[in-house]
Amino acid sequence: MRFGRKGGAGFAEGDMTPMIDMTFQLIAFFMVLVNFSEADQNQRIRLPSSELAKPPDGPVQSPITLQLTDKGTIIFGPDETTLAGLRPLLARERTVIDNTPGRSTAEATVIIRADRNAQTGRVQEVIGVCQDVGFEKFALRAKQEEAGLQGGRT
Amino acid sequence: MRVRNVQRHGEENIELQMTPMIDIVFQLLVFFIMTFKIVSPEGDFNIRMPKDAPSEARPSDPLMLPPIQVRLAANSDGTLAGITMGGRTLKTFGALHLAIREIVGDDRGPGSIAESTEVEFDCDYQLKFEYVIQAITAVSGYVRDNRIIKVIEKIKFKPPRRAPGG
Repeated sequence: MRFGRKGGAGFAEGDMTPMIDMTFQLIAFFMVLVNFSEADQNQRIRLPSSELAKPPDGPVQSPITLQLTDKGTIIFGPDETTLAGLRPLLARERTVIDNTPGRSTAEATVIIRADRNAQTGRVQEVIGVCQDVGFEKFALRAKQEEAGLQGGRT
Repeated sequence: MRVRNVQRHGEENIELQMTPMIDIVFQLLVFFIMTFKIVSPEGDFNIRMPKDAPSEARPSDPLMLPPIQVRLAANSDGTLAGITMGGRTLKTFGALHLAIREIVGDDRGPGSIAESTEVEFDCDYQLKFEYVIQAITAVSGYVRDNRIIKVIEKIKFKPPRRAPGG
């Protein structure tokens, strides 16, 4: 800050420090909350909700995420495929898992993010294809629901 | 007020240019605000379904009960038409939950009925998946005092029933 300007025509310099502090706080907030796992959470999928669906305590072992749209197509990574197209993709995934030390297909978890309006039979068909390829562990994903639907009935 | 110039001779007063930094900081802020999405937490219902073992209950194990059959029938548009458990018609998933708890009781832990009991869902092909999740929620537990109390964790599915001509 400068003092002693002539003629009373003061050049008012605001103090920038609080603003910069706040801005950095905001950036830190958004950086912490930013979601980089967007590939595994396609926004087209509207998950069913359940109050028992709590986030897992630890990391899921060798997760493979399959997303089933309400139209019956399957999103696997960047690919959107049909049931017939899923089998070779899963077989390739199995080869990768089997060739990785310390990982096995039987212990890999297939996470199924199915749309709430998807047909149950379609979900079962997807599970069937996974079973054919050799996967055994499945996780049906749901959105966490607040308040007791069931709390009222206990 | 007179400010005494304490700057010594030969020493330069370096003024930090704040403008570029603030520019970048605001760019970052706008980027994060634009890409920010509120994602609700997600959880899993874990199911172990090996291909060659349709039932986890081993026939040689006398303690294993036969699986509880829950039938979920659907209308042609995929909405729920009815819930049946062992020939008993249930109107809501709340009723299904109570019926399951009648069977397994409040006994929990290793060797309990809840641990050894298995539920087998028999669903129509076109049934909307959200009803299956509601049914799984009804049989697998409940929340009391913000804690999840597990009821039945072993869940499996019968092959889906296709509608005639479907």
